[in-house]
Amino acid sequence: MKYIDEFNDPALARRLLDEIRATVTRPWALMEVCGGQTHSIIRHGIDQLLPDEVELIHGPGCPVCVTPLDVIDKALEIAARPGVIFCSFGDMLRVPGTDRDLFRVKGEGGDVRVVYSPLDALDLARKNPDREVVFFAIGFETTAPANAMAVHQARRLGVRNFSLLVSHVRVPPAIEAIMTAPACRVQGFLAAGHVCSVMGTDEYPDLADRYRVPIVVTGFEPLDILEGIRRAVHQLERGEHRVENAYARAVRDQGNPAAQRMIEEVFEVTDRNWRGIGPIPASGWRLTEAFRDHDAEHRFDVTGIRTEEPAVCRAGEVLQGLIKPTECEAFGTACTPRTPLGATMVSSEGACAAYYLYRRMTDGPAPRESRVPQEEMNPVG
Amino acid sequence: MADLATETAGAADAVDPADWTCPAPLRDQPVVVMGHGGGGALSAELIEQVFAPAYGNPTLAALTDSAVLDLGGARLAFSTDSHVVRPLFFPGGSLGDLAVNGTVNDLAMSGAVPTHLSTAFVLEEGVELAVVGRIARDIGAAARAAGVVVATGDTKVVESGHGDGVYVTTAGVGLVPDGVDIRPQRARPGDAVIVSGPIGLHGVAIMSVREGLEFGVEIASDTAPLAGLVAAMLAVTQDVHVLRDPTRGGLGASLNEIARASGTGVRLRERAVPVPDEVVNACGFLGLDPLYVANEGRLVAFVPPHEAEAVLAAMRAHPQGTGATVVGECVDEHPGMVVVATGLGGTRVVDLPLGEQLPRIC
Repeated sequence: MKYIDEFNDPALARRLLDEIRATVTRPWALMEVCGGQTHSIIRHGIDQLLPDEVELIHGPGCPVCVTPLDVIDKALEIAARPGVIFCSFGDMLRVPGTDRDLFRVKGEGGDVRVVYSPLDALDLARKNPDREVVFFAIGFETTAPANAMAVHQARRLGVRNFSLLVSHVRVPPAIEAIMTAPACRVQGFLAAGHVCSVMGTDEYPDLADRYRVPIVVTGFEPLDILEGIRRAVHQLERGEHRVENAYARAVRDQGNPAAQRMIEEVFEVTDRNWRGIGPIPASGWRLTEAFRDHDAEHRFDVTGIRTEEPAVCRAGEVLQGLIKPTECEAFGTACTPRTPLGATMVSSEGACAAYYLYRRMTDGPAPRESRVPQEEMNPVG
Repeated sequence: MADLATETAGAADAVDPADWTCPAPLRDQPVVVMGHGGGGALSAELIEQVFAPAYGNPTLAALTDSAVLDLGGARLAFSTDSHVVRPLFFPGGSLGDLAVNGTVNDLAMSGAVPTHLSTAFVLEEGVELAVVGRIARDIGAAARAAGVVVATGDTKVVESGHGDGVYVTTAGVGLVPDGVDIRPQRARPGDAVIVSGPIGLHGVAIMSVREGLEFGVEIASDTAPLAGLVAAMLAVTQDVHVLRDPTRGGLGASLNEIARASGTGVRLRERAVPVPDEVVNACGFLGLDPLYVANEGRLVAFVPPHEAEAVLAAMRAHPQGTGATVVGECVDEHPGMVVVATGLGGTRVVDLPLGEQLPRIC
């Protein structure tokens, strides 16, 4: 029995760290695109172990965090309607909308269900023909194929009471947006391995050339991340800017053609608004005209949503790598997982959540709980 | 948990969310959400804000797994627990086993020798009597295995649609031996932190059947009575400082509760925490942390350092403690907090979870 496997071997990690230290001669700023990588970095303390010259900047790759507020509010409104079964992955339930979240809607009587696959939601639709089943289809290229498959199956099986509330986003346009931002400090990218396992690496060489940045496709275990950093630093020190695949056990250059075909059949590229960042051209997918019947926005009248973002929340700057979570004045005070001002504080992949959960002792304000007098403690059994 | 109280009453040095001009969702929960039953911060808040003020008394204020009452010279441990698990039967156990073991273990965590239980059934109209009979038989068998007598009970029936099949509430009593004083407030810097075996099996077993997830191998719940193991530990030394069965909220929540109650810090060594491969894989798949996954047949003990080796040996000699291992120690630093040394040499905080863990998107 072991807690961590061979991708978390301390001896190999030390070797990689030694090599990074031996290679680096001056400061470099690398962005890990994916929120899963961010959590792995903070959870395992990888950033604490790197030489000072290597700075990790946390990127916008948390699909929960970048789902725009108006889509969250649409989800909340649809989920609260009688006759609707609203299905979502678990980590969307706590994401704050303008005045509530899906947990609240559930507590107030809405039929909100956590599913592990969109096909589970489709199954619910088949078993409840008198209800409208809506699946909250968010995420990057990773979740898009399964969501496309679900709606494709619904069409094939004639399941008319199944629809998707779609807010899919794409990584390459986000990288482009980051590189063209005036305050951009990013010199290299650790690309998200699971995105590339679907889409391949063919989308990246042009970006690497145009912006002269190394892009290393990287996995999520500690050694994956250290290897990605090692390769990126190596390129930077040599003045190179190539696409490298450091996650060959999962990623092929051409990706997964069947998954790509499924996406192409059901979705079309569209402009998307990213929460905290703003609109990015061609950065998302929506259902094509042919699948409009299964588009929840089309099926339910959810126009006229008024959204209000907390003005103090700096999640957008966190998502663009412009500040660390602890640089936001609301971090750990007004904004905690209990009272989130932004999605980055509640998502399981959010950078603010990672810092709050794992780093309060060293990087943030002392947790309020630790200052609680003893008699106020409430262990539960 | 004075978290909410601190925030709404207005800590002078912090931003008061009550004055916040922007919407701060979830600042207050006007309704019960599932997280209130998750064994994390929301559960603790419910107790502090709703139950403790209504009942307020010194015995309850200790908020241990079981209350220890001085009755005519004898010290009686007393505990109650409701069980609402779905499905009613799962790999490694059933609602009946849990109903017995849950209360037996809460009593044992005070060092008590459990003697008598009550059971109260809430049955939903339409449930097959065969199901009720099977649960009753499981309760009988589990009680015999734990050496306790089911001495009294109650049955209620609710209309169809007003329950979830069968709920069982058990209460139990037991006697605490002279000289034994086990409670979270007694954790001391230097104490060895011992867990009795691999963690996370119960929670993953329930998830695998409830959500229809299959992880390649069948994962069985660890549900088991722990009073015998505790007796074996106390036979070595009565100076066991703290015992806790890390049920809802898992090892992470239990250690946080102990750290906060005692005002000490807890330092865990990540690589020492025994997590079975199947739990690692299931948690990896779902994006959950094994430290927060429920157990029903494990305990965590805080033991003075000079007693640790002997206690560990006694635990390993007992069938419920063969996998016992030291996972960390109690420290002066970071009082009230649990910090884990990662396998790579970094550190991170292990916080009390807010409510239930949520499976991630990808």
